Amino acid sequence: MSRVAPALGAGAHVLNACADRYHFAVGFAACLMTGKVSLLPSTHTPEVIRQLTSFAPDVICLTDEADCAIEMPRVQFPRDAAPAGRAMASVPAIEGAQLAACVFTSGSTGMPVPHRKTWGRLVACVREEANRLALSGSAACAIVATVPPQHMYGFESSVLMALSGAHALCAERPFYPADIAASLEAVPRPRILITTPVHLRALTASVLALPQTDLIVCSTAPLAQQLAAEVEERFGTQLLEIYGSTETGQIAVRRPTRAPEWQLWPGVHLSVRNGETWAEGGHIEEPTRLCDVLQMTGEGRFLLHGRVTDLVNIAGKRSSLAYLNHQLNSIPGVLDGAFFHVEDSRTRHTGVARVAACVVAPDLDAARVLEALRDRIDPVFLPRPLLFVARLPRNSTGKLPQEALRALAAAQPRPATMA
Amino acid sequence: MSDKVAPLRQPPSPADTAALLREVAGLIVEALNLEIAPGDIDPDQPLYGEGLGLDSIDILEIALVVSKQYGVQLRADSEENLRIFGSLRQLVDHITAHRTK
Repeated sequence: MSRVAPALGAGAHVLNACADRYHFAVGFAACLMTGKVSLLPSTHTPEVIRQLTSFAPDVICLTDEADCAIEMPRVQFPRDAAPAGRAMASVPAIEGAQLAACVFTSGSTGMPVPHRKTWGRLVACVREEANRLALSGSAACAIVATVPPQHMYGFESSVLMALSGAHALCAERPFYPADIAASLEAVPRPRILITTPVHLRALTASVLALPQTDLIVCSTAPLAQQLAAEVEERFGTQLLEIYGSTETGQIAVRRPTRAPEWQLWPGVHLSVRNGETWAEGGHIEEPTRLCDVLQMTGEGRFLLHGRVTDLVNIAGKRSSLAYLNHQLNSIPGVLDGAFFHVEDSRTRHTGVARVAACVVAPDLDAARVLEALRDRIDPVFLPRPLLFVARLPRNSTGKLPQEALRALAAAQPRPATMA
Repeated sequence: MSDKVAPLRQPPSPADTAALLREVAGLIVEALNLEIAPGDIDPDQPLYGEGLGLDSIDILEIALVVSKQYGVQLRADSEENLRIFGSLRQLVDHITAHRTK
Protein backbone atom coordinates (compact mmCIF):
# COMPACT_ATOMS: atom_id res chain seq x y z
CA MET A 1 0.00 0.00 0.00
CA SER A 2 2.87 2.35 0.79
CA ARG A 3 4.04 1.69 -2.81
CA VAL A 4 0.65 2.33 -4.40
CA ALA A 5 -0.45 5.44 -2.49
CA PRO A 6 2.28 7.83 -3.76
CA ALA A 7 1.65 6.74 -7.37
CA LEU A 8 -1.95 7.94 -7.20
CA GLY A 9 -0.94 11.60 -7.43
CA ALA A 10 -2.61 14.66 -5.95
CA GLY A 11 -6.14 14.31 -7.37
CA ALA A 12 -9.09 13.43 -5.13
CA HIS A 13 -10.69 10.71 -7.32
CA VAL A 14 -9.49 7.29 -8.47
CA LEU A 15 -11.26 4.93 -10.85
CA ASN A 16 -10.13 1.62 -9.37
CA ALA A 17 -10.30 -0.72 -12.36
CA CYS A 18 -8.06 -3.48 -10.94
CA ALA A 19 -9.33 -6.91 -11.97
CA ASP A 20 -7.35 -8.75 -9.30
CA ARG A 21 -9.30 -8.52 -6.03
CA TYR A 22 -6.15 -8.13 -3.93
CA HIS A 23 -4.89 -5.30 -6.16
CA PHE A 24 -8.32 -3.69 -5.95
CA ALA A 25 -8.33 -3.94 -2.14
CA VAL A 26 -4.81 -2.47 -1.87
CA GLY A 27 -5.78 0.37 -4.22
CA PHE A 28 -8.95 1.05 -2.23
CA ALA A 29 -7.02 1.06 1.07
CA ALA A 30 -4.38 3.39 -0.41
CA CYS A 31 -7.17 5.79 -1.40
CA LEU A 32 -8.68 5.61 2.11
CA MET A 33 -5.30 6.39 3.68
CA THR A 34 -4.73 9.39 1.44
CA GLY A 35 -8.28 10.76 1.56
CA LYS A 36 -9.16 9.91 -2.04
CA VAL A 37 -12.59 8.77 -3.23
CA SER A 38 -12.77 5.47 -5.15
CA LEU A 39 -15.14 5.78 -8.12
CA LEU A 40 -16.89 2.48 -8.87
CA PRO A 41 -19.02 2.59 -12.02
CA SER A 42 -20.55 -0.75 -13.02
CA THR A 43 -19.20 -0.60 -16.55
CA HIS A 44 -16.33 1.08 -18.43
CA THR A 45 -17.85 1.90 -21.81
CA PRO A 46 -16.31 4.94 -23.57
CA GLU A 47 -19.50 6.92 -22.83
CA VAL A 48 -19.30 6.17 -19.08
CA ILE A 49 -15.59 7.11 -19.03
CA ARG A 50 -16.36 10.48 -20.69
CA GLN A 51 -19.12 11.09 -18.12
CA LEU A 52 -16.84 10.15 -15.19
CA THR A 53 -14.21 12.58 -16.42
CA SER A 54 -16.74 15.40 -16.49
CA PHE A 55 -18.03 14.35 -13.03
CA ALA A 56 -14.50 14.40 -11.56
CA PRO A 57 -11.99 16.13 -13.89
CA ASP A 58 -9.04 15.09 -11.65
CA VAL A 59 -9.88 11.38 -11.91
CA ILE A 60 -7.14 8.89 -12.72
CA CYS A 61 -7.48 5.19 -13.46
CA LEU A 62 -5.66 2.58 -11.36
CA THR A 63 -5.29 -0.55 -13.47
CA ASP A 64 -3.50 -3.88 -13.28
CA GLU A 65 -3.96 -4.74 -16.93
CA ALA A 66 -1.18 -4.03 -19.40
CA ASP A 67 -3.60 -3.40 -22.28
CA CYS A 68 -6.09 -1.25 -20.33
CA ALA A 69 -7.98 0.89 -22.87
CA ILE A 70 -9.70 3.28 -20.46
CA GLU A 71 -9.29 6.78 -21.88
CA MET A 72 -8.02 8.79 -18.92
CA PRO A 73 -4.66 9.25 -17.17
CA ARG A 74 -3.67 5.77 -16.04
CA VAL A 75 -1.52 4.49 -13.19
CA GLN A 76 -0.27 0.93 -13.43
CA PHE A 77 -0.54 -1.18 -10.27
CA PRO A 78 3.10 -1.86 -9.27
CA ARG A 79 4.05 -5.28 -10.64
CA ASP A 80 6.33 -6.22 -7.77
CA ALA A 81 4.17 -4.85 -4.98
CA ALA A 82 3.81 -8.23 -3.31
CA PRO A 83 4.12 -7.68 0.42
CA ALA A 84 7.45 -8.63 1.93
CA GLY A 85 5.62 -10.11 4.90
CA ARG A 86 6.19 -7.09 7.11
CA ALA A 87 2.98 -6.16 8.90
CA MET A 88 1.99 -2.55 9.40
CA ALA A 89 2.83 -1.24 12.86
CA SER A 90 -0.83 -0.54 13.56
CA VAL A 91 -4.11 -0.63 11.72
CA PRO A 92 -4.94 2.96 10.80
CA ALA A 93 -8.18 4.48 12.10
CA ILE A 94 -10.29 6.07 9.37
CA GLU A 95 -12.87 8.75 10.22
CA GLY A 96 -16.40 7.40 9.87
CA ALA A 97 -17.46 10.57 8.02
CA GLN A 98 -14.74 10.24 5.38
CA LEU A 99 -16.08 9.87 1.85
CA ALA A 100 -14.69 6.50 0.75
CA ALA A 101 -16.44 5.56 -2.47
CA CYS A 102 -18.84 6.76 -5.08
CA VAL A 103 -21.03 4.29 -6.95
CA PHE A 104 -23.30 5.09 -9.87
CA THR A 105 -26.72 4.22 -11.19
CA SER A 106 -27.96 5.15 -14.64
CA GLY A 107 -30.35 8.08 -14.53
CA SER A 108 -33.10 8.36 -17.12
CA THR A 109 -31.56 11.44 -18.72
CA GLY A 110 -28.37 9.75 -19.82
CA MET A 111 -26.14 11.05 -17.02
CA PRO A 112 -25.09 8.55 -14.33
CA VAL A 113 -26.35 9.43 -10.85
CA PRO A 114 -23.61 9.33 -8.18
CA HIS A 115 -24.24 7.79 -4.75
CA ARG A 116 -21.67 8.78 -2.16
CA LYS A 117 -20.59 6.27 0.49
CA THR A 118 -18.91 7.25 3.73
CA TRP A 119 -16.51 4.82 5.39
CA GLY A 120 -18.55 4.63 8.61
CA ARG A 121 -21.76 3.64 6.88
CA LEU A 122 -20.03 1.12 4.61
CA VAL A 123 -18.51 -0.54 7.65
CA ALA A 124 -21.80 -0.44 9.58
CA CYS A 125 -23.47 -2.24 6.67
CA VAL A 126 -20.93 -5.06 6.37
CA ARG A 127 -20.68 -5.52 10.15
CA GLU A 128 -24.39 -6.23 10.08
CA GLU A 129 -23.83 -8.52 7.11
CA ALA A 130 -21.27 -10.42 9.20
CA ASN A 131 -23.87 -10.74 11.99
CA ARG A 132 -26.49 -12.03 9.58
CA LEU A 133 -24.09 -14.51 8.02
CA ALA A 134 -23.07 -15.65 11.54
CA LEU A 135 -19.47 -14.59 10.86
CA SER A 136 -19.09 -12.08 13.70
CA GLY A 137 -16.37 -13.30 15.98
CA SER A 138 -15.94 -16.45 13.90
CA ALA A 139 -12.59 -17.82 12.82
CA ALA A 140 -11.02 -16.02 9.87
CA CYS A 141 -12.55 -17.33 6.67
CA ALA A 142 -11.28 -17.48 3.10
CA ILE A 143 -13.57 -15.56 0.74
CA VAL A 144 -13.86 -16.67 -2.91
CA ALA A 145 -16.03 -14.41 -5.08
CA THR A 146 -17.28 -14.66 -8.65
CA VAL A 147 -18.49 -11.05 -8.70
CA PRO A 148 -16.23 -8.10 -9.53
CA PRO A 149 -14.93 -6.04 -6.59
CA GLN A 150 -16.30 -2.90 -8.30
CA HIS A 151 -19.91 -4.09 -8.13
CA MET A 152 -21.63 -2.93 -4.91
CA TYR A 153 -22.42 -6.50 -3.81
CA GLY A 154 -18.91 -7.76 -4.56
CA PHE A 155 -17.37 -4.64 -3.01
CA GLU A 156 -19.27 -5.18 0.25
CA SER A 157 -19.28 -8.95 0.51
CA SER A 158 -15.72 -9.64 -0.56
CA VAL A 159 -13.50 -6.55 -0.13
CA LEU A 160 -15.19 -4.80 2.79
CA MET A 161 -16.05 -8.04 4.61
CA ALA A 162 -12.40 -9.06 4.45
CA LEU A 163 -11.10 -5.66 5.53
CA SER A 164 -13.53 -5.19 8.42
CA GLY A 165 -13.65 -8.81 9.62
CA ALA A 166 -9.99 -9.79 9.11
CA HIS A 167 -10.87 -12.50 6.60
CA ALA A 168 -8.70 -13.64 3.71
CA LEU A 169 -9.52 -12.69 0.12
CA CYS A 170 -8.98 -14.89 -2.89
CA ALA A 171 -7.43 -12.56 -5.50
CA GLU A 172 -8.83 -14.39 -8.51
CA ARG A 173 -12.32 -14.01 -9.84
CA PRO A 174 -13.14 -17.56 -11.00
CA PHE A 175 -15.55 -17.81 -13.90
CA TYR A 176 -16.21 -21.32 -15.23
CA PRO A 177 -17.60 -23.98 -12.88
CA ALA A 178 -14.24 -25.80 -12.97
CA ASP A 179 -12.44 -22.54 -11.99
CA ILE A 180 -14.82 -21.89 -9.09
CA ALA A 181 -14.44 -25.44 -7.78
CA ALA A 182 -10.62 -25.21 -8.08
CA SER A 183 -10.49 -21.80 -6.32
CA LEU A 184 -12.53 -23.14 -3.42
CA GLU A 185 -10.43 -26.30 -3.24
CA ALA A 186 -7.25 -24.19 -3.12
CA VAL A 187 -8.14 -22.26 0.04
CA PRO A 188 -8.41 -23.66 3.58
CA ARG A 189 -11.72 -23.99 5.39
CA PRO A 190 -13.75 -22.27 6.63
CA ARG A 191 -14.37 -20.96 3.13
CA ILE A 192 -17.18 -18.83 1.73
CA LEU A 193 -18.40 -18.45 -1.84
CA ILE A 194 -19.83 -15.05 -2.81
CA THR A 195 -21.72 -15.55 -6.05
CA THR A 196 -24.81 -15.06 -8.23
CA PRO A 197 -27.70 -17.16 -9.57
CA VAL A 198 -25.98 -17.34 -12.99
CA HIS A 199 -22.86 -18.98 -11.54
CA LEU A 200 -24.83 -21.22 -9.17
CA ARG A 201 -26.91 -22.50 -12.03
CA ALA A 202 -23.76 -23.29 -14.03
CA LEU A 203 -22.18 -25.01 -11.00
CA THR A 204 -25.17 -27.23 -10.27
CA ALA A 205 -25.60 -28.09 -13.95
CA SER A 206 -21.99 -29.27 -14.16
CA VAL A 207 -20.93 -32.82 -13.37
CA LEU A 208 -18.01 -31.65 -11.20
CA ALA A 209 -17.52 -32.76 -7.63
CA LEU A 210 -18.13 -29.55 -5.67
CA PRO A 211 -15.87 -28.96 -2.67
CA GLN A 212 -17.34 -28.81 0.82
CA THR A 213 -17.91 -25.11 1.48
CA ASP A 214 -18.92 -23.48 4.74
CA LEU A 215 -21.27 -20.82 3.40
CA ILE A 216 -22.65 -19.77 0.04
CA VAL A 217 -23.90 -16.20 -0.39
CA CYS A 218 -25.94 -15.23 -3.43
CA SER A 219 -27.25 -11.91 -4.69
CA THR A 220 -27.97 -9.76 -7.81
CA ALA A 221 -31.22 -11.52 -8.78
CA PRO A 222 -33.79 -13.68 -7.01
CA LEU A 223 -32.79 -17.33 -6.75
CA ALA A 224 -35.34 -20.03 -7.49
CA GLN A 225 -36.13 -22.10 -4.39
CA GLN A 226 -35.39 -25.34 -6.22
CA LEU A 227 -31.94 -24.14 -7.31
CA ALA A 228 -31.23 -23.00 -3.74
CA ALA A 229 -32.07 -26.48 -2.43
CA GLU A 230 -29.83 -28.11 -5.03
CA VAL A 231 -26.93 -25.77 -4.16
CA GLU A 232 -27.26 -26.58 -0.45
CA GLU A 233 -27.21 -30.28 -1.20
CA ARG A 234 -24.30 -30.21 -3.67
CA PHE A 235 -22.07 -28.03 -1.47
CA GLY A 236 -23.22 -29.55 1.83
CA THR A 237 -23.84 -26.16 3.38
CA GLN A 238 -26.37 -23.40 3.81
CA LEU A 239 -27.10 -20.78 1.21
CA LEU A 240 -28.02 -17.25 2.25
CA GLU A 241 -29.41 -14.72 -0.16
CA ILE A 242 -28.81 -10.99 0.15
CA TYR A 243 -31.12 -8.21 -0.97
CA GLY A 244 -29.76 -4.75 -1.63
CA SER A 245 -29.17 -2.10 -4.22
CA THR A 246 -26.40 0.18 -5.41
CA GLU A 247 -27.97 3.12 -3.58
CA THR A 248 -28.70 1.39 -0.25
CA GLY A 249 -26.09 -1.34 -0.10
CA GLN A 250 -27.26 -4.59 1.46
CA ILE A 251 -30.37 -4.34 3.58
CA ALA A 252 -31.89 -7.81 4.00
CA VAL A 253 -31.11 -11.52 4.05
CA ARG A 254 -33.03 -14.78 3.78
CA ARG A 255 -32.39 -18.49 3.58
CA PRO A 256 -34.58 -19.42 0.62
CA THR A 257 -34.82 -23.10 1.56
CA ARG A 258 -36.28 -22.16 4.95
CA ALA A 259 -38.60 -19.19 4.32
CA PRO A 260 -39.51 -16.91 1.43
CA GLU A 261 -39.48 -13.86 3.70
CA TRP A 262 -36.54 -11.44 3.89
CA GLN A 263 -35.26 -10.07 7.21
CA LEU A 264 -34.23 -6.42 7.19
CA TRP A 265 -31.03 -5.14 8.80
CA PRO A 266 -31.98 -3.62 12.19
CA GLY A 267 -32.49 0.12 11.93
CA VAL A 268 -33.52 -0.05 8.26
CA HIS A 269 -37.17 0.80 7.64
CA LEU A 270 -39.39 0.39 4.62
CA SER A 271 -42.40 2.54 3.89
CA VAL A 272 -44.85 2.79 1.02
CA ARG A 273 -45.60 6.23 -0.41
CA ASN A 274 -47.81 6.68 -3.45
CA GLY A 275 -47.37 3.04 -4.34
CA GLU A 276 -43.56 3.23 -4.20
CA THR A 277 -41.41 1.47 -1.61
CA TRP A 278 -38.78 3.58 0.14
CA ALA A 279 -35.93 2.41 2.37
CA GLU A 280 -34.23 4.55 4.99
CA GLY A 281 -32.47 4.42 8.36
CA GLY A 282 -29.54 2.34 9.55
CA HIS A 283 -26.51 2.67 7.26
CA ILE A 284 -28.56 4.06 4.31
CA GLU A 285 -27.16 7.44 3.31
CA GLU A 286 -30.47 8.98 2.27
CA PRO A 287 -34.07 7.76 1.79
CA THR A 288 -34.09 5.68 -1.39
CA ARG A 289 -36.90 4.52 -3.64
CA LEU A 290 -36.47 0.80 -4.26
CA CYS A 291 -36.81 -0.51 -7.80
CA ASP A 292 -38.65 -3.67 -6.70
CA VAL A 293 -42.19 -4.40 -5.67
CA LEU A 294 -42.11 -5.40 -1.97
CA GLN A 295 -44.84 -6.51 0.38
CA MET A 296 -44.27 -5.92 4.07
CA THR A 297 -45.32 -8.91 6.13
CA GLY A 298 -44.38 -7.82 9.65
CA GLU A 299 -41.84 -5.81 11.61
CA GLY A 300 -38.58 -5.99 9.67
CA ARG A 301 -39.86 -8.62 7.22
CA PHE A 302 -41.00 -8.53 3.61
CA LEU A 303 -41.67 -10.55 0.48
CA LEU A 304 -40.18 -9.63 -2.89
CA HIS A 305 -42.60 -9.66 -5.82
CA GLY A 306 -40.37 -8.62 -8.71
CA ARG A 307 -39.03 -5.52 -10.31
CA VAL A 308 -40.69 -2.28 -11.20
CA THR A 309 -41.35 -2.50 -14.96
CA ASP A 310 -38.88 0.20 -15.94
CA LEU A 311 -35.96 -1.49 -14.21
CA VAL A 312 -33.60 -3.73 -16.12
CA ASN A 313 -31.33 -6.04 -14.12
CA ILE A 314 -29.21 -8.45 -16.10
CA ALA A 315 -26.86 -10.57 -14.01
CA GLY A 316 -26.45 -7.79 -11.46
CA LYS A 317 -25.92 -4.98 -13.96
CA ARG A 318 -28.69 -2.49 -13.60
CA SER A 319 -30.22 -0.04 -16.00
CA SER A 320 -33.66 1.24 -16.86
CA LEU A 321 -35.72 1.12 -20.02
CA ALA A 322 -35.83 4.94 -19.89
CA TYR A 323 -32.01 5.15 -19.92
CA LEU A 324 -31.62 2.55 -22.67
CA ASN A 325 -34.29 4.31 -24.76
CA HIS A 326 -32.50 7.61 -24.29
CA GLN A 327 -29.25 6.09 -25.56
CA LEU A 328 -30.94 4.36 -28.52
CA ASN A 329 -32.73 7.54 -29.60
CA SER A 330 -29.58 9.64 -29.34
CA ILE A 331 -27.93 7.66 -32.19
CA PRO A 332 -27.85 9.76 -35.38
CA GLY A 333 -30.22 8.16 -37.89
CA VAL A 334 -32.52 6.59 -35.30
CA LEU A 335 -35.95 8.20 -35.76
CA ASP A 336 -37.69 6.31 -32.98
CA GLY A 337 -36.84 3.31 -30.86
CA ALA A 338 -37.81 1.50 -27.70
CA PHE A 339 -36.46 -1.29 -25.54
CA PHE A 340 -38.74 -3.87 -23.95
CA HIS A 341 -38.52 -6.91 -21.70
CA VAL A 342 -38.68 -10.26 -23.45
CA GLU A 343 -40.39 -13.18 -21.79
CA ASP A 344 -39.22 -16.28 -23.56
CA SER A 345 -38.35 -19.86 -22.86
CA ARG A 346 -34.70 -18.97 -22.57
CA THR A 347 -35.39 -16.57 -19.70
CA ARG A 348 -37.16 -19.32 -17.80
CA HIS A 349 -34.39 -21.75 -18.64
CA THR A 350 -31.36 -19.66 -17.70
CA GLY A 351 -32.82 -17.14 -15.28
CA VAL A 352 -31.21 -14.36 -17.30
CA ALA A 353 -33.82 -12.02 -18.77
CA ARG A 354 -32.57 -10.07 -21.77
CA VAL A 355 -34.03 -6.98 -23.35
CA ALA A 356 -35.05 -6.49 -26.97
CA ALA A 357 -35.65 -3.35 -28.98
CA CYS A 358 -37.68 -2.11 -31.92
CA VAL A 359 -36.15 0.69 -33.93
CA VAL A 360 -37.22 2.96 -36.78
CA ALA A 361 -34.03 3.81 -38.69
CA PRO A 362 -34.48 3.49 -42.46
CA ASP A 363 -30.91 4.60 -43.26
CA LEU A 364 -29.09 2.34 -40.75
CA ASP A 365 -28.49 -1.39 -40.54
CA ALA A 366 -28.26 -3.59 -37.43
CA ALA A 367 -24.47 -3.55 -37.37
CA ARG A 368 -24.37 0.27 -37.33
CA VAL A 369 -26.97 0.56 -34.57
CA LEU A 370 -25.28 -2.13 -32.44
CA GLU A 371 -21.88 -0.51 -32.88
CA ALA A 372 -23.27 2.85 -31.70
CA LEU A 373 -25.00 1.18 -28.75
CA ARG A 374 -21.85 -0.70 -27.78
CA ASP A 375 -20.14 2.67 -27.32
CA ARG A 376 -22.92 3.84 -25.00
CA ILE A 377 -24.23 0.93 -22.93
CA ASP A 378 -22.88 -2.20 -21.28
CA PRO A 379 -22.96 -5.15 -23.70
CA VAL A 380 -25.37 -7.15 -21.50
CA PHE A 381 -28.03 -4.60 -22.43
CA LEU A 382 -27.55 -4.91 -26.20
CA PRO A 383 -31.00 -5.75 -27.63
CA ARG A 384 -31.79 -9.37 -28.47
CA PRO A 385 -33.26 -9.15 -30.94
CA LEU A 386 -32.93 -5.69 -32.49
CA LEU A 387 -35.89 -5.41 -34.87
CA PHE A 388 -36.27 -2.83 -37.61
CA VAL A 389 -39.85 -1.65 -38.02
CA ALA A 390 -41.64 1.03 -40.06
CA ARG A 391 -43.12 2.63 -36.95
CA LEU A 392 -43.58 1.89 -33.26
CA PRO A 393 -47.02 0.82 -31.95
CA ARG A 394 -47.68 3.99 -29.97
CA ASN A 395 -51.20 4.30 -28.57
CA SER A 396 -53.41 7.39 -28.81
CA THR A 397 -51.58 9.09 -25.94
CA GLY A 398 -48.19 8.46 -27.50
CA LYS A 399 -47.32 5.79 -24.96
CA LEU A 400 -45.74 2.50 -25.90
CA PRO A 401 -47.20 -0.41 -23.97
CA GLN A 402 -44.62 -3.19 -23.42
CA GLU A 403 -47.26 -5.69 -24.53
CA ALA A 404 -47.68 -3.90 -27.89
CA LEU A 405 -43.90 -4.03 -28.43
CA ARG A 406 -43.82 -7.75 -27.66
CA ALA A 407 -46.73 -8.36 -30.04
CA LEU A 408 -44.97 -6.38 -32.77
CA ALA A 409 -41.78 -8.38 -32.21
CA ALA A 410 -43.67 -11.68 -32.29
CA ALA A 411 -45.13 -10.74 -35.68
CA GLN A 412 -41.71 -10.12 -37.24
CA PRO A 413 -40.35 -12.80 -39.56
CA ARG A 414 -37.74 -14.98 -37.84
CA PRO A 415 -34.73 -16.53 -39.51
CA ALA A 416 -35.01 -20.18 -40.33
CA THR A 417 -33.38 -22.30 -37.66
CA MET A 418 -32.13 -25.82 -37.89
CA ALA A 419 -34.92 -28.11 -36.76
CA MET B 1 -11.69 -35.85 -12.22
CA SER B 2 -12.05 -38.94 -14.35
CA ASP B 3 -9.39 -41.60 -14.10
CA LYS B 4 -10.33 -42.98 -17.49
CA VAL B 5 -7.98 -42.06 -20.25
CA ALA B 6 -9.60 -40.96 -23.46
CA PRO B 7 -8.71 -43.38 -26.24
CA LEU B 8 -6.30 -42.12 -28.84
CA ARG B 9 -8.16 -40.65 -31.75
CA GLN B 10 -7.44 -40.48 -35.39
CA PRO B 11 -6.86 -36.93 -36.58
CA PRO B 12 -10.28 -35.58 -37.63
CA SER B 13 -11.04 -35.55 -41.33
CA PRO B 14 -12.21 -32.30 -42.93
CA ALA B 15 -15.69 -33.82 -43.16
CA ASP B 16 -15.68 -34.56 -39.41
CA THR B 17 -14.62 -30.99 -38.67
CA ALA B 18 -17.33 -29.56 -40.92
CA ALA B 19 -19.93 -31.75 -39.22
CA LEU B 20 -18.76 -30.70 -35.76
CA LEU B 21 -18.78 -27.02 -36.79
CA ARG B 22 -22.42 -27.41 -37.82
CA GLU B 23 -23.27 -29.30 -34.64
CA VAL B 24 -21.63 -26.78 -32.27
CA ALA B 25 -23.16 -23.82 -34.17
CA GLY B 26 -26.55 -25.48 -33.71
CA LEU B 27 -25.92 -26.01 -29.98
CA ILE B 28 -24.91 -22.36 -29.54
CA VAL B 29 -27.96 -21.02 -31.39
CA GLU B 30 -30.24 -23.33 -29.41
CA ALA B 31 -28.66 -22.66 -26.00
CA LEU B 32 -28.64 -18.88 -26.47
CA ASN B 33 -31.90 -18.69 -28.43
CA LEU B 34 -30.10 -16.54 -31.00
CA GLU B 35 -32.04 -14.89 -33.78
CA ILE B 36 -29.85 -16.35 -36.51
CA ALA B 37 -29.56 -19.64 -38.32
CA PRO B 38 -26.60 -21.84 -37.29
CA GLY B 39 -25.29 -21.73 -40.86
CA ASP B 40 -25.05 -17.94 -40.62
CA ILE B 41 -22.34 -18.08 -37.95
CA ASP B 42 -19.08 -17.35 -39.72
CA PRO B 43 -16.71 -20.01 -38.33
CA ASP B 44 -13.81 -17.54 -38.34
CA GLN B 45 -15.61 -14.59 -36.78
CA PRO B 46 -15.01 -13.76 -33.07
CA LEU B 47 -17.72 -15.13 -30.79
CA TYR B 48 -17.07 -12.66 -28.00
CA GLY B 49 -17.73 -8.90 -28.11
CA GLU B 50 -17.92 -7.65 -31.65
CA GLY B 51 -18.60 -10.29 -34.26
CA LEU B 52 -21.33 -12.55 -32.94
CA GLY B 53 -21.74 -10.17 -29.98
CA LEU B 54 -21.76 -12.70 -27.15
CA ASP B 55 -20.95 -11.67 -23.59
CA SER B 56 -19.68 -13.49 -20.53
CA ILE B 57 -23.12 -14.78 -19.55
CA ASP B 58 -23.38 -16.44 -22.97
CA ILE B 59 -19.87 -17.85 -22.72
CA LEU B 60 -20.81 -19.50 -19.41
CA GLU B 61 -23.86 -20.97 -21.11
CA ILE B 62 -21.80 -22.31 -23.99
CA ALA B 63 -19.29 -23.78 -21.53
CA LEU B 64 -22.13 -25.70 -19.87
CA VAL B 65 -23.41 -27.11 -23.13
CA VAL B 66 -19.91 -28.04 -24.24
CA SER B 67 -19.18 -29.82 -20.96
CA LYS B 68 -22.46 -31.75 -21.11
CA GLN B 69 -22.21 -32.68 -24.77
CA TYR B 70 -18.50 -33.38 -25.13
CA GLY B 71 -17.17 -33.74 -21.56
CA VAL B 72 -14.82 -30.77 -21.99
CA GLN B 73 -14.43 -28.61 -18.86
CA LEU B 74 -13.32 -25.11 -19.84
CA ARG B 75 -10.96 -23.20 -17.55
CA ALA B 76 -10.33 -19.47 -17.57
CA ASP B 77 -6.85 -19.64 -16.09
CA SER B 78 -5.27 -21.10 -19.18
CA GLU B 79 -3.79 -18.79 -21.77
CA GLU B 80 -5.86 -20.74 -24.26
CA ASN B 81 -9.13 -19.36 -23.02
CA LEU B 82 -9.15 -16.17 -25.08
CA ARG B 83 -8.14 -18.15 -28.13
CA ILE B 84 -10.86 -20.79 -27.62
CA PHE B 85 -13.59 -18.21 -27.97
CA GLY B 86 -11.69 -16.41 -30.73
CA SER B 87 -13.98 -18.11 -33.23
CA LEU B 88 -16.32 -21.04 -33.71
CA ARG B 89 -13.53 -22.92 -35.51
CA GLN B 90 -11.15 -22.49 -32.56
CA LEU B 91 -13.81 -23.65 -30.13
CA VAL B 92 -14.39 -26.72 -32.30
CA ASP B 93 -10.64 -27.40 -32.49
CA HIS B 94 -10.47 -27.23 -28.69
CA ILE B 95 -13.41 -29.63 -28.36
CA THR B 96 -11.82 -32.03 -30.87
CA ALA B 97 -8.56 -32.05 -28.92
CA HIS B 98 -10.09 -32.47 -25.46
CA ARG B 99 -13.41 -34.27 -25.87
CA THR B 100 -14.04 -37.27 -23.63
CA LYS B 101 -17.37 -38.21 -25.19
